[in-house]
Amino acid sequence: MVEGIESVVPVTFWLTPGRTLFLSIHFLGLVCFAYIVARRLVPLIRSQRDPRFDRPFARAGNVLKFWLGQWKHPRYRVAGILHILIFAGFILLAARAFSMLIIGVSPNFVMPGFAGESGHLYEAATDYAATVVFLCMIFAIVRRLVFKPARYAVPARYGKAHTADAIFLLVLIAILMVADSLFEGTKAAALAQQGQLAELKTVLSLPWMFKAALASSSIPLLGSLYFGAYLLHEVTFYFLLCYRPFGIQFHVETSLFNIYFAKLDKSTLKPVKWGVSDEQLGEVKSFGVKTFEDFTWKHVLDFYSCADCGRCSDNCPANAVGRPLSPRFLSIKARDYAFQHYPMFGHSGNGQPLVGSIYSPDEIWSCTTCGACEAECPLLLEYIDKIVDLRRGLMDDGNVPQSLQKPLKALESRGNPYGKLEKKRADWANTKEFQEICRVKTLNGKCGAESLYFVDSITSYDDRMQSIGRATATILDHIGEDFGILGAAEKDSGNEVRRFGEETLFTALRDHNADAIRSCGAKRIVTADPHAFNALKHDYKDVPPVEHISQVILRGVKSGKIQFNPAENGNNIYTYHDPCYLGRHNGIYDEPRAVLDAIPGLKRVEMKRSHDRSFCCGGGGLMLFYEPKEDQRMGVKRVQMAAEAGANVIVTACPFCMVNMEDAIKVAGLEGKMTAIDLAELADKQMVRKCPVANAARNAEPQQECVAGG
Amino acid sequence: MEILVCVKRVPDTSENEIALNSAGNDIERDELVYSINEPDNYAVEEALQIVARVGGKVNVVTVGGEEDEEILRREMAMGANEGVLITDAAFEGSDGRGIAAILKAFVKKGNYDLVLTGVQADDGAAQVGGMLAAMLDLPFGSLVNSIEVLGGKKLKISREIEGGNKEISEIDLPCVLSIQTGINEPRYVGMRGIRAVASVPISNCSVAELSLDASAVGAAAAKVKRLDYFVPALGKGAEMLAGSREENIERLAELLAAKGGLK
Repeated sequence: MVEGIESVVPVTFWLTPGRTLFLSIHFLGLVCFAYIVARRLVPLIRSQRDPRFDRPFARAGNVLKFWLGQWKHPRYRVAGILHILIFAGFILLAARAFSMLIIGVSPNFVMPGFAGESGHLYEAATDYAATVVFLCMIFAIVRRLVFKPARYAVPARYGKAHTADAIFLLVLIAILMVADSLFEGTKAAALAQQGQLAELKTVLSLPWMFKAALASSSIPLLGSLYFGAYLLHEVTFYFLLCYRPFGIQFHVETSLFNIYFAKLDKSTLKPVKWGVSDEQLGEVKSFGVKTFEDFTWKHVLDFYSCADCGRCSDNCPANAVGRPLSPRFLSIKARDYAFQHYPMFGHSGNGQPLVGSIYSPDEIWSCTTCGACEAECPLLLEYIDKIVDLRRGLMDDGNVPQSLQKPLKALESRGNPYGKLEKKRADWANTKEFQEICRVKTLNGKCGAESLYFVDSITSYDDRMQSIGRATATILDHIGEDFGILGAAEKDSGNEVRRFGEETLFTALRDHNADAIRSCGAKRIVTADPHAFNALKHDYKDVPPVEHISQVILRGVKSGKIQFNPAENGNNIYTYHDPCYLGRHNGIYDEPRAVLDAIPGLKRVEMKRSHDRSFCCGGGGLMLFYEPKEDQRMGVKRVQMAAEAGANVIVTACPFCMVNMEDAIKVAGLEGKMTAIDLAELADKQMVRKCPVANAARNAEPQQECVAGG
Repeated sequence: MEILVCVKRVPDTSENEIALNSAGNDIERDELVYSINEPDNYAVEEALQIVARVGGKVNVVTVGGEEDEEILRREMAMGANEGVLITDAAFEGSDGRGIAAILKAFVKKGNYDLVLTGVQADDGAAQVGGMLAAMLDLPFGSLVNSIEVLGGKKLKISREIEGGNKEISEIDLPCVLSIQTGINEPRYVGMRGIRAVASVPISNCSVAELSLDASAVGAAAAKVKRLDYFVPALGKGAEMLAGSREENIERLAELLAAKGGLK
């Protein structure tokens, strides 16, 4: 036993015995923390319900993958590895920190299971863990101060830089690691001086270095250092514990819960109010999020959990083109609001509308719901549901940009945003030239088909996009699919109507379409429009299963029904642009690429941003009508990315992407150097045609009432 | 402030393909969708904004039939307090003056500080507002694109004049104003808003209630009668410039200068 070193309990500090001192610090620290957490829970309790207590195994799986496994972190190599090291260090050090707190009161405490050899092993591991965390802190501080990654910058309109706050926290953690190591090191040094067995074998760890440095210090000095290190550890630990709920470090506590309660059904949209059926919606007094308390408790937890890492905004296309939207600050501003209006002392909440105070309407309308932010967030924060809820609130108050009012009104009266006549919806299939190639049936009760081709508004009415419709029909015809369309009975799928917050209009469109689909008797639905695909798959209920045309084409290729001629121009370099509603929202990345790769001689390159990091073209549906405030078009940025990749043909699989890409090619001045083509159009162009006689024979006597528009 | 806004239901030009019927005396109305006349919607929004600032009440009125109720409901969903449908078989076939006479009788029944109309109906001749003011012997401001309420029962109004400039006037209340689009940004009304007012009663008003002489309105009294519609013959097509970009630019500048488009 070493005098004054074996325990901090009996030491007297300013006339206070160690045990009393540390008991008081424990007590004070825990009471403060409990109080702070209780106050932080107030907004969660006052907010809306959100049933997230189901499917514990799936949720535990998420915790294993995204929390313990840090799944998304390596997407940013340096920051990700740094975070994984710190996180692993914290996890390892948790038991050590706990037992360290206890020995201030009860000197002989040993964590159950940590006696003997396993204890030594654990000690050694944590010595290194503390060292690694310390080094990570130093590295992170240098990175923040010297390298300054662009995504941490705070644009002037969002206030001051967060650097000081970040560094303060990094320093606190570094101090904690130093205190912990010094405590170990002084003890080992004292033991070594007295010729006792030195257990500290962790060469080059922080405690080892302290031990080496203090090897010849006097025992009283070591005793003071030993006690001082313990006190520093104690104070820093509780300060950090109570300080974290006031800033970005709160995620240390909340991340586990945030990931456990994360949304399981990605791509579905939150209902207007949980527990209120569509039929009861009429009785709901107010739609969407207007005040802070209209968010659900999970969304408030999201705000608390945001670590300010900036990955969302780094990937947000709206942010990239200078629209007034940054998902990062959507969270930060809401959290600041919560901290300000739910203070530690005094009254909570002020019931002020959020849009007009912390958010601007343009900010809320700027989002294309592409999902890049959610794909990136390591903490699984949800953004689309919040944006849609805020839009529902704006819609409910009539606060809708003029540019969107006309298309919304047209959707209400005509079922399409262009205000075109219903009876002309099938005109794309009725041109004389096309009818000689392919006759498209209208499923109107008198005649049915196995498959329904859901065309949707833009492909039905837009002169350019009608070509995608004809290509799709030709392909379906070529592979012998018995299919038809709804014609005038089809209305807009409503994917964007819903995502722009017009739930009532969406419900009307959905109910109309779902009725028409069910009564047409088709067993499958095919569409070439990813937005329709998404709505039919996630927002409609009790309709037949739906497939995107890329899946159908690939099946045709695999079964040999579709064979491709070699690519015509060997000099063309193709690149595939992932439409958000096909890729990120529905996980269809490989099928379109496989179709392209099935075309002999086709050269394909990948853009830097592809798959779930694809860069939105500018948005579809109602977004085409919205006039955003921006420095540049998203599409222009995207075609430039294609050019950078060395491609001169952009293949996409969505009519809205086509609108944006073709516009962007012109705006970017790449006309003649770059072209865009839809996957269905390309497949149609490259297909080895059947004998025209067989084709004609099958189409020789179409039932007149079945022909589109007939 | 008590405000009355006179509104009209018209075929929505952005959602219809307007074509003549086979007789050539009217447009084909079978598949038309109707909505409120756009400037009238701006007038209602302006009335609501005035009332939000200075207090008061907004009523909307239209002359027509049962089918016109839908626009009254839409405006009530926007926030108008009351909708009145002036309907009577005797009103059918009224000309602009007849409609103005009907509205005059209705305005007289109430106690309005301000009467607003849209600047013009999509299918109209921009005449009712002016005539209504004259019949009521009230001051009239036309093409109004901003309104400010002053003290002492006065308004400051403006209208756009040539070159985008504004002319500012002061006008005594009560008065009649015809409202230009662009004066504000009308709020959105969706299905949900309309459903919320679906069961609010809309009062009807007839010849008898307005103590109008039936012979002064309707087809018999109309002094302006529509004779015909016709589609003007197509003029010459556009001239296409064929040449290099520089040549085209030069030629275009010449042509514009020749026609007085470039100064």
